[in-house]
Amino acid sequence: MKAQHQSEEWDLVIKGQTSLFDLKFNDLWRYRDLLLMFVKRDFVSFYKQTILGPLWFFIQPIFTTLVFTFVFGNLAGISTDGLPQTLFYLSGITAWNYFSDCLTKTSTVFRDNANIFGKVYFPRLIMPLSIVVSNLVRFGVQLLLLLIMMGYFGIKGADFHITGAIVFFPLLVALMALLGLGLGLIITAMTTKYRDLTFLVTFGVQLLMYGTTVIYPLSTAREKYPDMVWIIEANPMTGIIEAFRYAFLGKGEFTVGSISYSIAVTIIVLFAGIVIFNKTEKNFVDTI
Amino acid sequence: MSNTIIKVEKLSKAYQIGQIGTGTISRDLERFWHTKVRGKEDPFLKIGETNDRSTKGESDIVWSLRDINFEVNQGEALGIIGKNGAGKSTLLKLLSRVTSPTTGEIKVKGRIASLLEVGTGFHPELSGRENIYLNGAILGMRKKEITRKLDEIIDFSGVARYVDTPVKRYSSGMYVRLAFAVAAHLESEILIVDEVLAVGDAEFQKKCLGKMGDISKGEGRTVLFVSHNMAAIKSLCSKAIMLENGLVKYNGEVESAVSYYLGGGNAETQNKRIFGETYNSPVFKLNEISLNTKGRPESEPLVEDQAIELVTKIDIKSQPERYHITYHLYNEMGEAIFSFGHSGLQLKQGTNRIVCTFPAHFFQSGNFSLALFVIEDNRKAIFIERDIITYTVVDGERQLGVYLGREPGYIKPRFEWKINES
Repeated sequence: MKAQHQSEEWDLVIKGQTSLFDLKFNDLWRYRDLLLMFVKRDFVSFYKQTILGPLWFFIQPIFTTLVFTFVFGNLAGISTDGLPQTLFYLSGITAWNYFSDCLTKTSTVFRDNANIFGKVYFPRLIMPLSIVVSNLVRFGVQLLLLLIMMGYFGIKGADFHITGAIVFFPLLVALMALLGLGLGLIITAMTTKYRDLTFLVTFGVQLLMYGTTVIYPLSTAREKYPDMVWIIEANPMTGIIEAFRYAFLGKGEFTVGSISYSIAVTIIVLFAGIVIFNKTEKNFVDTI
Repeated sequence: MSNTIIKVEKLSKAYQIGQIGTGTISRDLERFWHTKVRGKEDPFLKIGETNDRSTKGESDIVWSLRDINFEVNQGEALGIIGKNGAGKSTLLKLLSRVTSPTTGEIKVKGRIASLLEVGTGFHPELSGRENIYLNGAILGMRKKEITRKLDEIIDFSGVARYVDTPVKRYSSGMYVRLAFAVAAHLESEILIVDEVLAVGDAEFQKKCLGKMGDISKGEGRTVLFVSHNMAAIKSLCSKAIMLENGLVKYNGEVESAVSYYLGGGNAETQNKRIFGETYNSPVFKLNEISLNTKGRPESEPLVEDQAIELVTKIDIKSQPERYHITYHLYNEMGEAIFSFGHSGLQLKQGTNRIVCTFPAHFFQSGNFSLALFVIEDNRKAIFIERDIITYTVVDGERQLGVYLGREPGYIKPRFEWKINES
């Protein structure tokens, strides 16, 4: 009887097989300080020993917007739904960048941190979560840029307006972050064994951008390719970006159906991602 | 009442050796088919092979640990010893949850903090203070816990002056000091330490060992310590387990575990070495060094209660009067005991056979190692080789009724005693 009593007291049992759905969220909570520490580290180390410092956060979207305006807006003459081209592209890029940063950076978590993961235990999920939060800082800076440009075009009297859908903004950010995170988790878990995926991610994300309504509005796609538009609609990021644009600029397709679809896909992908990630984290040190 | 804090039961860990790459998808599918769908045993885990590095096994799977069982009580300092590849690091990795066991389990009470490397996660661009927070958090400390101990940590590290400088400007010694200081102030119930003490100067090593002693003896926390330094193991730990080829070969008092490791486990002692061309210089050529019990061949063990001969065969090529040889005797801890040489006797040109006889009852039983020096003009060592020969002296026969244990020390010279004489 005493033995039975003692067996209840173990704080931790380390063994090979655990339940697939033991997601260890309370462990995660205990290490929340570490998450903030990583975010701070990323931020500080990003601009240490650079001249322009945090200004670099602006430079990339500005130049991308310029190039897009020239190539897609002027050269190819793709419609921007009546919105000023700068605002149309910048809003798309800002949202897309956050998603793609979350995806690409979490997709190399195991490889990049093999050394530290091989030496010390902490809930591995902390690392990708910290990446998502770090990128939020960057996203915030880029959003500021968008707001400045909106102010500028507003004074010039351009045709756009912020809609009531802006209240869904936090939801949209969460969706972008979690969808990117979920996909990234799945990919990083698989790259520990199959390195090929690393190559796929780099250009896959680029290609995916053209399958999302970043450089063209969904309405134009529907008009020109009514048979193929389902591919674009099936992309969960389309609904999010359209909603984002609708919230800030007043143009875009924001329907309950499209956003519910995005939410559902995000939840499924995220859950699958966490399960696969947790399954991999236990032994990846042996294979990487 | 024994208070078990760690209980390891039937713990095993298998590793796949060789290439992991092509064909893994098909193999994973095959494996999945066998284990999950048909419910059979994993065909890639062959049972019954031990991890012996020098022989080639039949499968690509190697058991780094095999059915390990042991318990650790609270406040105990347990040493883990074994040769390279014995499974020490794997055991530590499992205990610190870096990787998970193939079979078996480990049950733990309380928090584990592991120090498999100093300064894990240190970021070169961050200052010492920021790194204390980062490293502390990685090791499982809460922020306020670190803040509370910050002064103590900085004080222990002895780098107070540089604490706001990025650690990339630190010397490696400072880096290690800071990193160990963080780890030493963890408040976990169990501390796991790998050989991190190999770095840092002697003073700091002493400080680390002292701190670890405090942790286990003073604060009643449990320490698991892996090291190749037997003196450190002995001074810190009360118990030890010795691993060999993934199996626990010895589990018990630290003294016996260490001597088991150095004696039986280490089969690299030999009484004769023939060098051939290994040590051939313009001045001399070393042919052979051997030890034997007087009147017996080298193949027989060296016995403590008989005279032991050390025979050196060396060719001197020119000016033999300028040279002589000296040996340093080391004990199994690697500590020098004394030096001895044939100064006064001259070598001749050509082949010399130098015999040095240790009287009976001179050595204690145990392991010894010799370092050879060839000295020129009585002042300059032109050749130094540590561990040129390693040998074991075994217990001689003793009369029943006398003390059978091992006496302390490494030699027991016989001196001249007088009783009741004027």
